[in-house]
Amino acid sequence: MDTVRRIIALMFKEFVMILKDPKSRFVIIGPPLIQFFVFGYAATYDLKNVRYAIFDESRTSESRQLLSRLAGSDNFELTKTLLTEEDIAFMIDHEKARLVIHIGSDFSRNLHTGRPATLQVIVDGRNSNVALIALGYIGNIVEQYNRELAEKGVVSMSGPGVVLVDRAWFNANLQSRWFIVSALGGLISMVVVMILTSLSVAREREFGTFDQLLVAPFNPTEILIGKSLPGMVFGLMDALLFAAGAVYWFGVPFRGTIGALILALGCFILTIVGVGLLVSSLSMTMQQALLGSFVFMMPSVILSGFATPIENMPHWLQIGTLLNPLRHIIAALRDIFLKGADVSMIIHQLWPLVLMACFTLPLAGWMFRHRSQ
Amino acid sequence: MTPRDLFFMRLRGILRKEVLQILRDPSSIALAIVLPLVLLFIFGYGLSLDAENVPIGIVLKDNSSAARDLAARFDLSPYFKTIHLKSMARAMDLLDQRRVDGIVHLQSDFSSGLFSRNPSPVQVIVNGIDANRARLIQGYARGILQKWTALRQARGEQVAAPAVKVSQRIWFNEAAVSRNFLVPGLITLIMTLIGILLTALVVAREWERGTMEAILVTPIRRIDLLLGKVLPYFILGMLGMSLSVVVGTTLFHVPFRGSIAALVFLSSLFMLASLGFGLLISAAIRIQFVAAQISIVAGFLPAFFLSGLVFDLESTPRFIQIISHVVPARYFVSISHTLFMAGDVWPVLLPNALALAVMAVLFTSLAFRKITKRLEG
Repeated sequence: MDTVRRIIALMFKEFVMILKDPKSRFVIIGPPLIQFFVFGYAATYDLKNVRYAIFDESRTSESRQLLSRLAGSDNFELTKTLLTEEDIAFMIDHEKARLVIHIGSDFSRNLHTGRPATLQVIVDGRNSNVALIALGYIGNIVEQYNRELAEKGVVSMSGPGVVLVDRAWFNANLQSRWFIVSALGGLISMVVVMILTSLSVAREREFGTFDQLLVAPFNPTEILIGKSLPGMVFGLMDALLFAAGAVYWFGVPFRGTIGALILALGCFILTIVGVGLLVSSLSMTMQQALLGSFVFMMPSVILSGFATPIENMPHWLQIGTLLNPLRHIIAALRDIFLKGADVSMIIHQLWPLVLMACFTLPLAGWMFRHRSQ
Repeated sequence: MTPRDLFFMRLRGILRKEVLQILRDPSSIALAIVLPLVLLFIFGYGLSLDAENVPIGIVLKDNSSAARDLAARFDLSPYFKTIHLKSMARAMDLLDQRRVDGIVHLQSDFSSGLFSRNPSPVQVIVNGIDANRARLIQGYARGILQKWTALRQARGEQVAAPAVKVSQRIWFNEAAVSRNFLVPGLITLIMTLIGILLTALVVAREWERGTMEAILVTPIRRIDLLLGKVLPYFILGMLGMSLSVVVGTTLFHVPFRGSIAALVFLSSLFMLASLGFGLLISAAIRIQFVAAQISIVAGFLPAFFLSGLVFDLESTPRFIQIISHVVPARYFVSISHTLFMAGDVWPVLLPNALALAVMAVLFTSLAFRKITKRLEG
């Protein structure tokens, strides 16, 4: 009974510490929300309005027909019609256009004589991902154009060809926003929780109040629980808010169960609280705590599969990412949102999180007492 | 003593204090030297958008030579690691469990379709959860199919050639290696980290610890204080940048086609803009905890999301593009992409440099005024 009372007292103090200062109060709610919306819009791999220029030497109805397909697409935006070949290099070098379409003068002659007509595409490779995706879009447009030419009998075909019929599961229109936004809540709540908890002990150390806490009638477990709860509460609140935002604002489908979502987020926040308190208990100053949480957060964001797939990493690094809590929650969130996972389907992502929490939380508690100046 | 001598004396004094403070706290040295190396190492290996050895299932319902020939093209491709499966049901199970990322399905009428009026379908099913990767896989599959068609045509076997074919050239990055554009972006991220995060804490810490008052009573003027805070961190940041460039070009073989002089000049501008921003935060907010939060929220995260580092800015909604104009990293990401891959293209570099210069002046003078206000008030 006494334990509960002491924990409540300590928890109360922690909440007051965070909430009494209007700046720090704002920091927990305001910026994370703004980030969620801004990044939700900013983080996308789908291309829109790719600026392109055309250099049409053929100037026939066929070439114009093909080019009008491009002009009609949402993905592209015509910036300039070029008159000389030298302009191509100028446009690309100076980033006036991200790709140039060149149609040679023999384009329609080749079409009618059964030789392949070539559409040359010159792309700026400075962002190789944009280049590849844009080329993919153009490939689709040209493929469709070919099919229509054959159907209309404009070109004589020696025989029918092969067509690629593609279909994507769980995300039929391949919207990368679904992929990003479903995981974004996990990422941002990690940042909030990590900063909140990593600074909590370090701040008291820097001000010298931690020694008072240690001589007060608390045992380390009680201090640990008192210090973890605010992070748990605010982190879970933020993460659930983001989940709601993903569904109601960004229109990401939610196909799984709420229970699985809450359980997964709870396990994840607990793990992050553990890491944050461990960093905090190792730090003597707030600057060290902050740098420590950065040393943890930067690699964990990059190696989480959030922006770039884990499968593209070398094998040894893929194994290393198993130690990254963010990796597990991101996989779980995507499964819950897009694949419709329930608790049983994400269990293999949850137990590593719980295991990590079982290791970091007690270690942090032990460190409270055993590391002092 | 002339006023100039006095100025240098005061500057020396404050510089000495700052340098000692950095040297005595190993965490700032770690941030400038160890962290860039570790990050570059992890990021260089960890960040890649190029899919290789993607596991895919092949379901071959047609045992003709044409179908087997096409399947062999998938087997041989470096992009795919193929698993041959007997049934579609089994393949779908594997796709569900993420054991494969895609399925290529050749139906039993594949080869007979080759000789009839209707084109033979090659069905490709991908896991769309990672839309970007899914699109790349579709692209690879399309490429293999096109090569196969061309090959059959060259061998005189019956197959229709596409009427229009696309011939593509990717400039500056012929093989479309994503590392070539990610590593220059990482350098931006590392410099942001040093510039904003470290400096954001510097002045706030003096206030919080009460040492600012001790400085106030010394004859040090605000310009000395500002310079004393900026210079050591400027050097740390440039050190981190140089290390990153050397590692990036030697270990990860990222091309560097610009000139060193341009790199040093432009990165100094970026460093100053970041330092100015960091100082402004720390001068405006006296609490380290809040200063740290703000430096991450307003400095570090935008440098990742709103800079064009990974996600293309031009495809975002207009209001995001407008916001991105106040993020210094945006300009330096553009600069570093051009410097590394295209060379010294001044028409691209200059507007970016100008924007950075404006920001450097603006942030620093605002920080200067903020420090002044506190001193007088």
